[in-house]
Amino acid sequence: MKPNDVILRTVTKFAVVIIFTFSIFLFLNGHHNPGGGFIGGLSTAAAIVLLTLCYDLETVRRTIPIDFKKLAAFGVLLAVGTGTLGPLFDLPFLTQAFGHIDLPVFGNTEWTTALLFDTGVAFAVIGTAVNIILTISEDESEWKR
Amino acid sequence: METMISILIGILFAIGTYLILTKQLLRIILGSSLITHAVNLLILTSGGLKDGAPPLIGGKATHFTDALPQALILTAIVINFGVTAILLVLSYRIYQTFRTDDMEMLRGNDDE
Amino acid sequence: MMNNMLILPVVLPLVAGMFLVLFPKKILLQRAVSLLALILTGIFSVILLKDVKEQGIQTLQLGGWEAPFGISLVGDLFSILLVVTTSIVAICVLLYAFSSVGYEKETHYFYPLYLFLITGVLGSFLTGDLFNLYVFFEVFLIASYALIVLGGTRAQLRESLKYILINVVSSAFFLLGVAYLYSVTGTLNLAHLSVRVAEAGQDGLLTTISILFLIVFGLKAGLFLFFWLPGSYSVPPTAIAAIFAALLTKVGVYTAFRMFTLIFYHQPQITHQLIGILAAVTIILGIMGAVGFWNLKKILTYNVIISIGFIFIGLVSFTESGLSGSIYYLLHDIIIKAIIFLIGGVMIHLTGTSDLRSMSGLIRTHPSLGWMLFLAIFSMTGIPPLSGFIGKYFITKGIFEADSFLLGTIGLLSSLFILYSMMKIFMNAFWGETILGEDEEKGTTKGLILPIALLTAVSLALGIGAEVIYDYVAEAAQSLLDPEIYIRAVLK
Repeated sequence: MKPNDVILRTVTKFAVVIIFTFSIFLFLNGHHNPGGGFIGGLSTAAAIVLLTLCYDLETVRRTIPIDFKKLAAFGVLLAVGTGTLGPLFDLPFLTQAFGHIDLPVFGNTEWTTALLFDTGVAFAVIGTAVNIILTISEDESEWKR
Repeated sequence: METMISILIGILFAIGTYLILTKQLLRIILGSSLITHAVNLLILTSGGLKDGAPPLIGGKATHFTDALPQALILTAIVINFGVTAILLVLSYRIYQTFRTDDMEMLRGNDDE
Repeated sequence: MMNNMLILPVVLPLVAGMFLVLFPKKILLQRAVSLLALILTGIFSVILLKDVKEQGIQTLQLGGWEAPFGISLVGDLFSILLVVTTSIVAICVLLYAFSSVGYEKETHYFYPLYLFLITGVLGSFLTGDLFNLYVFFEVFLIASYALIVLGGTRAQLRESLKYILINVVSSAFFLLGVAYLYSVTGTLNLAHLSVRVAEAGQDGLLTTISILFLIVFGLKAGLFLFFWLPGSYSVPPTAIAAIFAALLTKVGVYTAFRMFTLIFYHQPQITHQLIGILAAVTIILGIMGAVGFWNLKKILTYNVIISIGFIFIGLVSFTESGLSGSIYYLLHDIIIKAIIFLIGGVMIHLTGTSDLRSMSGLIRTHPSLGWMLFLAIFSMTGIPPLSGFIGKYFITKGIFEADSFLLGTIGLLSSLFILYSMMKIFMNAFWGETILGEDEEKGTTKGLILPIALLTAVSLALGIGAEVIYDYVAEAAQSLLDPEIYIRAVLK
């Protein structure tokens, strides 16, 4: 029997956009305020999980053709990679650099290497969280059988 | 406030221990998860439950909360999340293979 | 001394493992990269050993955050010696894994998981912070959860469930200890903890917390609380069981040594006496298992337990010779346990059974294997000049200096039973009538002998080169006895 989930599907279409936007906000907010790569990544993962709940695994796999295991590995590589910048300049591992730069639209903006590190963390969190949920829910069809 | 949380931690531990001592696999997993939550609360309480501003330089606040326990809990929660996921997948595999979720049946013997 | 090289033993295997996750199907690449990463780790750890010997304890404050606020990595001689030994054993077991693990497991992330396991173990040796110790523990535990179930046979599924549950509970206890310690002292940096505990005096509360930690590390190391160990170490494939037996319990031993020499050393009449009782009981129960079973894997795992009890005797004595004996025996035991587990694995591979009563006469077809086992047995028993002798000698000397004659006697007698249980393997499997011809064997030893031979060579070097190595070990033991050295290096 096909479940009747019109409300879930309709709400999801809007909610996913909002969650994605909010997670990007959280991610960028993290440098001076509560937020950051971990929370941003986790809410992105939540959006993807909501999609799989609403549609099915196959549809989501087709729409987002990313291997989440590889995404997680790439994220860790990126995060550790920014850490190795420190030793290149004879500073301790994981030392951060930051400064200010004038961008055309945004005006005076702060740049940090911590942002790169956070991107890595976000990728790792998205990859791991989604991968775990997908692994648990993969055998769904066998349950029904 | 600390007293209240301590009592709550005690209750969580008691429930977790009870669940771990039962025979059903799923209950054991839930019990271990509850115990980890109790531990997380304990770490939070260990830093003192005072109210203060987030510990960020440049704020106008005069007193700050202790950030360390929160960082520890974040890590502990993530690890617990991963381990619980492994346990769930494993117990599902065990259910598929052994057709039981009763720990008594999973004692094992040496002839295999 | 700031030294960025300290991060390499942690980062190299981690990066290599993460890189390999991207290419799960390319086995040759997997093998090459993981071997390269471990060899590089080995080279850098030897350089680190030289640095520490010449310039004293090396530290690294991650991100430039000074201790006790940031994350510290600390390399003293004790930890670096273990790092070197670990990387040697890791390389040899990896070589063994190349020709024994099989295609199915190799494409299911065997090598990345193996590298994560090594990352966690090396990280636990190098960290100078209690919470990071927990994190690194979890890194290698989660890797071991996945490794122990890799393959998914019935016995593996069943035993891994118990292994994971035990470890989840013990991790919860670890965090409990961390939380209590933080609320009492307000710090988690090991050196800072040592200062604070010494200032406040180790009262009843702190002693209770220390016993909580003893329970945790006892569970991980197999000190008295070893009931999970024989089951879970006998189900995974040989290479995995060997690396577990060689390393995982030893991390628990290392952390217990660190905690009870650096932080909780003020009340030895309570804590160290308790450890002494537990060690004695561990040895006796381990002997019962090793002597009683006829299953090859069971005998080997119970031998792991006996040696854990024996190593802790040195900690109980708390004298310089006792501690240096323990460190020496720890290094010896990491290598020798890898050797006997690998040899045991080859024997099971050849005969297709792990019951000693159905093996016989392997010496005719595989003389080198037999003689290497023979050498390993003599080394375990403590026959000079092999590597076990020096450790046993100093541990016994230390415990008699501390006037614990009963414990010393138990330790000495355990050697006899180790000899008996291991000789049982040798006599049954290698002596006697050859019942399996060359062509009747279930598998070949192609590629399996070389790693065992390498490890045997290392073990021989550890025994014959004792003069050189003992210098390092004695200095490591001295710095364990004097926490000031460690504290001054970390908190300048």
